[in-house]
Amino acid sequence: MSTSSSNSSSNNIPDLQAIVDRVVAKAGKGEQIEAYVSRGGETAVRVYEGEVEHFVSAQSEGIGIRVIKDGRTGFAYAGTLDAEAIAEVLADARDNVAFGTPDEYAGLAEPDGVAQIPQKFWDDELAAYATADKISLTKELEKLTLGMDSRVRVEESNYDDGWGEVAVATTTGIRESGRGNSCYVSVSTLADDGDETQTGFSFSVGDSPKEFNLPKAAREAADRATRLLGAVKPPSKRTTVVLDPYVTSQFLGVLSSTLNGENVSKGRSFFADKIGETVADPRITLVDDPTNPLAYTATDIDGEGLAARRNVLIENGVLKMFVQSSYSARRTGTKSTGNATRGGFGGTPGVGCLAMQLQPGTQSQEELIKGVDDGVWIQMVQGLHSGVNPISGDFSTGASGMMIRNGAVAEPVREFTIASTLQRMLLDIVAIGGDIDWLPSRAVGLTLVIRDVTMSGQ
Amino acid sequence: MKIEGSMSTRENLVDADVLAKVLARGRSTGAEFSEIYIEDKRSTSAGLDDGKVEQVTSGRDRGAGIRVVAGETTGFAHTSDLSERGLLAAAEAAAAAARQGDGGVHKIALQPLLRHSVNNVRIAPSDVPKASKVALLERANAAARSIDGAIVQVSAAYGDSYKRILVANSDGVFSADDQVRTLFRVSVVASGDAGMQTGYDSLGHTIGFEVFDENDVEEMAIRAAKQAIIKLQARPAPSGSLPVVIKQGSGGVLFHEACGHGLEADLVGKGASVYRGKMGELVASPLVTLIDDGTMSGEWGAIGIDDEGHPSQRNVLIENGILTDYMWDFLRARKENRRQSGNGRRQSYADLPMVRMTNTFVTNGTEDPDDIVRATEHGVYVAKLGGGSVDTASGDFVFGMVEAYLIENGEITEPLRESNLIGNGPQVLKDIDLLGNDFAMGNPGMCGKDGQGVPVGDGQPTLRVKAMTIGGTAA
Repeated sequence: MSTSSSNSSSNNIPDLQAIVDRVVAKAGKGEQIEAYVSRGGETAVRVYEGEVEHFVSAQSEGIGIRVIKDGRTGFAYAGTLDAEAIAEVLADARDNVAFGTPDEYAGLAEPDGVAQIPQKFWDDELAAYATADKISLTKELEKLTLGMDSRVRVEESNYDDGWGEVAVATTTGIRESGRGNSCYVSVSTLADDGDETQTGFSFSVGDSPKEFNLPKAAREAADRATRLLGAVKPPSKRTTVVLDPYVTSQFLGVLSSTLNGENVSKGRSFFADKIGETVADPRITLVDDPTNPLAYTATDIDGEGLAARRNVLIENGVLKMFVQSSYSARRTGTKSTGNATRGGFGGTPGVGCLAMQLQPGTQSQEELIKGVDDGVWIQMVQGLHSGVNPISGDFSTGASGMMIRNGAVAEPVREFTIASTLQRMLLDIVAIGGDIDWLPSRAVGLTLVIRDVTMSGQ
Repeated sequence: MKIEGSMSTRENLVDADVLAKVLARGRSTGAEFSEIYIEDKRSTSAGLDDGKVEQVTSGRDRGAGIRVVAGETTGFAHTSDLSERGLLAAAEAAAAAARQGDGGVHKIALQPLLRHSVNNVRIAPSDVPKASKVALLERANAAARSIDGAIVQVSAAYGDSYKRILVANSDGVFSADDQVRTLFRVSVVASGDAGMQTGYDSLGHTIGFEVFDENDVEEMAIRAAKQAIIKLQARPAPSGSLPVVIKQGSGGVLFHEACGHGLEADLVGKGASVYRGKMGELVASPLVTLIDDGTMSGEWGAIGIDDEGHPSQRNVLIENGILTDYMWDFLRARKENRRQSGNGRRQSYADLPMVRMTNTFVTNGTEDPDDIVRATEHGVYVAKLGGGSVDTASGDFVFGMVEAYLIENGEITEPLRESNLIGNGPQVLKDIDLLGNDFAMGNPGMCGKDGQGVPVGDGQPTLRVKAMTIGGTAA
């Protein structure tokens, strides 16, 4: 989990703006330049057995410069903002231009007239929050969690906050800067019964620490671990899965690469020629909406400095559009959808969903489980990076959770896999929960029920 | 950013007397230990996709991390300002973070600098023209596309890094190492009647550009392309429990997940490992001897010193099935009053060190690998594994198979689509019933733990697990 925020708002960090303006002003004839700088800090507190195990307090900064000439792109970065290093970075980026293949679509974003939607990304209360309070909060979370159940131990209780400032400028007229901060707490649990140990976790997010719900986080972390005690390996069969909000968020995260316009144009998405077709159950409407201030990854600009916007990707099961950066848009003859992503000053923009959300249903998780005769409630998945291939669509992950029989939660199960294909799973969704959970992730969580998934166990 | 006389640069990143001052400042609030880790890393990378060299990237990361330990509490701060003023400010921040009791004046006596390197770099990547690096990408692209018209997309990436590190601590440790890494990856997409499939190959070593004298990027690209083509004909993987044969050098990740993480002393110390309290006990089939070895020259996980300044070493973790040791860093070794094992590593100067693997592998058995397949009536043959992950407390772990085949009547037959395999570490280790005599190291890995990635190697001979759950969809 990243502690730094991608949030920003316009033109209020004068010294960073001045740095990028100076770099861009050095552009020669026929040369396009983009300069991106960021500066940030983090605090991380970890508590174990009532003591501070570590306290991290750190700041970092850096610059990345992209130079484009005759369709060729060069890039360089450095983790410092001293003037000599910046001059070296620009020289390196220029030197690197010679080695790129000319690409008629290479280029920088240009202002497109889409207005930014103002949001609040900076919380003064968080910025002023005292160190001693951060530590006592982390200790409190550990204590609350231990108090939930005598079988529970806490492996670590964490408080993390971060602040960031960014500025970007281009020879094409982009000029943006802004700042944001964010914080969250998390707790990892162990539950013991004889020789057996099971694990749990949870977190709580807020604009400032006063918005944390520590008792809820403690309850969840304890329940997740204790629920699995005595879990058995289930038999293999086809069944219905009920995905916990956190698991749904991970599932959407995997799906995002299939909706990425660059992947589509390079033949890496099975959705390539499916615009206008039904690709999901008609109950499914999927939006990418970083303008929703409730989303953890909400932002007003994308990684190229264009306004972030609400995009409807799948509507009532029909595939409507892909997300684009300015580069992928030029490749495909479309327009940027404000979906350039950026991993910081050390990388160039990519394309991706920024804040995915399924249009919620109305039922609670409990009600959804009641509607399942025979299934398994998936509390955690393991190995999304190793068993899911978003190009072929093959989907297979390790899982743990609880069996569901006649609408009631039954015995705990673990050491099994669930498998299908991404294409099938979208069509096999049978219910969507109303239990939105604004997780610290690029995709919002809610309970999702999917039929006809293969469970492999004994 | 040309490195002048790159590999022969021998001056320290920061003067020894400044280091001693910084370490003393770190202890100024009463802490019993302070440490400074300084890193100066230059990297070059280049990527090709869709037939075009997208861009060459030059990177520079330089800074210092300062760690202060007072009792059970660690304070940590980092800075990209390597001036005396910048380092002292970071030391003060770390000391304040670990504040305990009254301060004191400390004098730090550093030992003579220990330079320890296990790798022999013949051709420093910084001495190689960028055009030669880019040419590798174009050759790989052309080779993959030449195999079959079904290859619809190719991407390739080249990367090198030259990282100088210097570690000093208040116990007098004063060590340095220059670490070079060279990496090449190629991935392809093939398209057929039943959709798209992917193929992948990679190589990574702690040596310089000479790595490409012995490894042909065109051969790598062709291997990746053939893998994707074969998978176009693949049928769904089975669902359920079957014997699994894993090819030499492709399945070290099994041990990395099944027991490697569980043998890290930080997790053991918190009771978050299924291997806690098992020292001296039989935890695996007697066929299994598991070693973690940071000294394997040229291998991806090789390091001269770890990121706490301790020379890397060869550690026997499991011998003939019996658990003989865990892996240790400074903090956990100090707590148990024993020597650290060269396993204290961190992603960068901005991160705290913790217990990490280096090159982790199972040594040779005696079986002919072909006999292992022949002895298997019905099962799965895994020719290439992908990544994996583990819950160390329960021991449950998964890993992906990216190239796999059915074994029918002792013969390798049809290709299978990708899926995860799942097992429980201690059970799988006991279920290894055949071990080959064809040891090989595998592809370079990037191991993630607590948000930090470090390069690791793994290896194993061909082996059989008598039963594992395969997470496919076929009955």
